[in-house]
Amino acid sequence: MIRGRAWKFGDDISTDHIAPGRYYHLRSNLPEFLKHVFEDADPEFSKEIMKGKSFIVVGGRNFGKGSSREHAARLIKLAGSPVVLAKSFSRIFYRNCFNIGMPALIVDTDRIGHLDELEVDLEGGKVRDLTKGVELDFEPIPEVMLKFMKEGGIVAYIKKHGDLVF
Amino acid sequence: MGLTLAEKILSEKVGRRVKPGEIVVSRVDMAVAQDGTGPLTFDVIKELVGEERVFDPGKVLLTVDHTGPSPRRDLSNFQLRMRAFSKKTGAIIRDVGEGISHVLLAEDYVKPGDVVVGADSHTCTVGAMAAFATGLGSTDIAVAMVLGKIWFRVPETVKFELEGELPEGVYSKDLILSIIGRIGEDGASYKAMEYSGDGVKNLSMDARFTVSNMAHEAGGKVGLFPSDGETKKFMEENGRGRDWMPIEADGDASYYKEFRIDLTEIEPVVSYPHLPANVKPVKEAVKDGIRVDQVVIGTCTNGRLEDLEVAAKILKGRRVAKGTRLLVYPASRKIYLKAMKSGIIEALVEAGAVIGPPSCGPCVGIHLGVLGDGEVCLSTQNRNFLGRMGNPNSYIYLASPATCAASAIEGRIADPRDYL
Repeated sequence: MIRGRAWKFGDDISTDHIAPGRYYHLRSNLPEFLKHVFEDADPEFSKEIMKGKSFIVVGGRNFGKGSSREHAARLIKLAGSPVVLAKSFSRIFYRNCFNIGMPALIVDTDRIGHLDELEVDLEGGKVRDLTKGVELDFEPIPEVMLKFMKEGGIVAYIKKHGDLVF
Repeated sequence: MGLTLAEKILSEKVGRRVKPGEIVVSRVDMAVAQDGTGPLTFDVIKELVGEERVFDPGKVLLTVDHTGPSPRRDLSNFQLRMRAFSKKTGAIIRDVGEGISHVLLAEDYVKPGDVVVGADSHTCTVGAMAAFATGLGSTDIAVAMVLGKIWFRVPETVKFELEGELPEGVYSKDLILSIIGRIGEDGASYKAMEYSGDGVKNLSMDARFTVSNMAHEAGGKVGLFPSDGETKKFMEENGRGRDWMPIEADGDASYYKEFRIDLTEIEPVVSYPHLPANVKPVKEAVKDGIRVDQVVIGTCTNGRLEDLEVAAKILKGRRVAKGTRLLVYPASRKIYLKAMKSGIIEALVEAGAVIGPPSCGPCVGIHLGVLGDGEVCLSTQNRNFLGRMGNPNSYIYLASPATCAASAIEGRIADPRDYL
């Protein structure tokens, strides 16, 4: 069971919001880049992360749109968010999340409040907002993603199976 | 039941008939990484197989297009890693000034029916040549570079049936922005976008690349055109006529959704900050009196010869407005040379343009035209997200090269039809 507090972002959060292009040079130094994660969406987020806090990242519609830069997904994982929740995801970002072992879950995030206490039941397919006392079903995770998830990402999956076979 | 273009290409590659929704593992014909995504790709390759190696060096392309020439030493070091990886593995490298990966893929490597993956979201550009080409993250590309294959969910296809011809002063950029404005930024999420109909033959390859390039801005996985006489001509011009083959969707293919678009009804449009889907007619932008500090013509969306040609035609004998900067980035060295030999570059420079190196230019937000606080830019690029050009306190509008050229003359967003 995953527990944590929600940090809510709105619709149309792009990878430029998450990992701004002006910090291009920090792509080889993600701990330093973390100081700027989500800077153009909500600068308060990285300040809290730098204090040692962690949250479950919650987005709206088309989360992670734009650039393929996987650094965006990696920064969210590095910030301590074990999963990402959103109403919908942009496709490259969605793959990136599962590839690095951070499930991206599609759920009605309108019903989740900022800083609400959340419980995510990956096996049971539920997200519980303990603050509001509501239980939400997330869309079933595609089978191929489940396979990667079980191994902790696509690299571990291929190492174990020796190939990209399903 | 017949096959859509996406289904046809993947079926051929997988060796059996595929259907939308299923997961397939496909061989890849080209795997690409650029200087912003390459270093992470190499890290993952090492994690995967313990050393830097690739399945076939002739099918792995590395480009230094995002940060070249380097504006700072840490980025110079990214570029050093690109060169070192190429030296170690034999992967093809196209270095500073050679051009943007998507344009080089089209000129020199991709043929109809290929499956192409790149650690760059605009890899979909070469879908204009009937290649199943899509962007992926560095980890997926590492897998593709090592194994020579990758998995896909076979996408459903959204068909855009094009009829007629674009009016004078209206370009394929106006078409794709209009489509995105209509269906929204997730209007084709996870889907293949396929263009067909009589209108297709009225679009040149340069025009088609612009349309395919922006599939990702509508959420699309690929943006596909049939391979026809235009494709053949383009490949012949690039010395690869022998690699050409025709491909089109079957007449009885089944589509997720279909749109009919009358090209004669498209008009010049502009995307307002900070969403590509925030599309308005240029007439409205003219009324809004939007002053522009910087105008950019170039990028993987609109840095091809026809784009520069139309801009030069409008700017020839005229001057860029005082207080406005016009920056032009040819998308490849080949395009640059052609533009130079045909007098396009001369006309642009005489009008007051700054010509930069073949590259992504300022679209990446780190150099070659970073915006100042409060500044407004009109660009031919594909994204106007907040902060895209290096400054969250600036405003980016998107339009065709013709609209950009006309606007550079007036110093505010202008209607290109006034300059024809």
